[in-house]
Amino acid sequence: MSAIVEFRGAGYSVPRAQGSSDILRALTFAVESGETLVLLGRSGSGKTTALKMVNRLLTPTSGEVLVEGRPTGAWDPIRLRRRIGYVIQETGLFPHFTVAENIGLVPRLEGWSPERIEARVSELLEKIGLPSREFAGRYPRELSGGQRQRVGVARALAADPPVLLFDEPFGALDPITRLDLQKQFLDLRNALHKTSVFVTHDVREALMLGTRIGLMADGHLDLLATPQEFRRATSGEARAFLAGLDWRMEGDGPSQ
Amino acid sequence: MDLRSELVSLTLEHIELVLVAVLIAAALAIPTGILLTRRAGMRWWVLGFASVLQTIPSLALFGFLIPVPIIGGIGKRTAIVALVLYALLPMMRNTLTGILGVDPAVRESAVAMGMTGRQVLWEVELPLAMRTILAGVRVATVTTIGTATIAAAIGAGGLGVFIFRGISTVDTTQILAGAIPAAVIALLADEGLGWVERKLSPV
Repeated sequence: MSAIVEFRGAGYSVPRAQGSSDILRALTFAVESGETLVLLGRSGSGKTTALKMVNRLLTPTSGEVLVEGRPTGAWDPIRLRRRIGYVIQETGLFPHFTVAENIGLVPRLEGWSPERIEARVSELLEKIGLPSREFAGRYPRELSGGQRQRVGVARALAADPPVLLFDEPFGALDPITRLDLQKQFLDLRNALHKTSVFVTHDVREALMLGTRIGLMADGHLDLLATPQEFRRATSGEARAFLAGLDWRMEGDGPSQ
Repeated sequence: MDLRSELVSLTLEHIELVLVAVLIAAALAIPTGILLTRRAGMRWWVLGFASVLQTIPSLALFGFLIPVPIIGGIGKRTAIVALVLYALLPMMRNTLTGILGVDPAVRESAVAMGMTGRQVLWEVELPLAMRTILAGVRVATVTTIGTATIAAAIGAGGLGVFIFRGISTVDTTQILAGAIPAAVIALLADEGLGWVERKLSPV
């Protein structure tokens, strides 16, 4: 196992009227090849900021983030980003591009031949369960929320990047669709062995999808553990998240 | 020259004035609007300047320009300069609003996909802002058609010739001969550009 993404004392602060305010403080951890590291945390814990430092949407103000052993600052940002798939909650699909054009975007930017792009697009559409014949020519507005999110995942996978980033990709979906996509995500994870960083505030999702969970609180890493270890964790923040899980389990019980 | 053939030649002259002015103004205003999306600090100054230009009464602006060397004097060139100055604001403002109105999630994912700044502009921002930008072009065109009637005051020709002549000879027919075609051109331009707007806009 080797680290594909590595945070070395990476911090991020923004200037304020008086001094500056730390969003992230000296974050240090590594994401190993093929694993899915889930960054779990409340809103404002800094998890999305950490994610955006991987593909250099943000640059650390202290320390550094390494991708494939090289600091993000030393990468050509365009090259770096084309090696990293990115899926966000609102999907960010281009509304004026068809499904096929959206998925084929990075391959096109990379100069693939139209035939190769077309083949790749239908392969991916098949993989995410949206038949090419029916869906390739549609526009994002003609899809359901779950379908849009699948297309977002397919677009991130299109050029076969070694690293994938997910920023609460299933957050805005209804519970049934969400579970459906989470299962599909697990299948993809097990089939593709991509190195992934997955941001969520849903502890159940973290336990289900992560090979390891990094618990973020107030801009630092509170805990880094496997899902099994996480369930037994004693830190206050971990207990707070697990309490939410227990409460929900009770709520699901037959007495209700 | 009889009224009919004069009507045709003045109408054509009017359309020419408007077309030249709007095209030059668009060539200046749209790139400036794009620049303003990247330079927040310049927005207040540039839009403020364009707004001030618009508040100058048009007859006065035409008058101011007469003594100015190179761009001034009597005739079409001066008129076109004044019309361009008037047409800048709506196109500049709409370009800025249109691009700033693009969904931040869409822009962010464009950057995250590894698009260059130029690709983000041409493939994402401009297509998505097209409807708003064209609306600015439409407003500018319709306004320019009206304002161009005043250009006759500095000898630039156009349908204003009828109107000024009608006023000085107290001849309502002459005034209407200028005003009605100008109104018709404005309505047609509004409809036509509105149609293009709906056709071209992707979403």
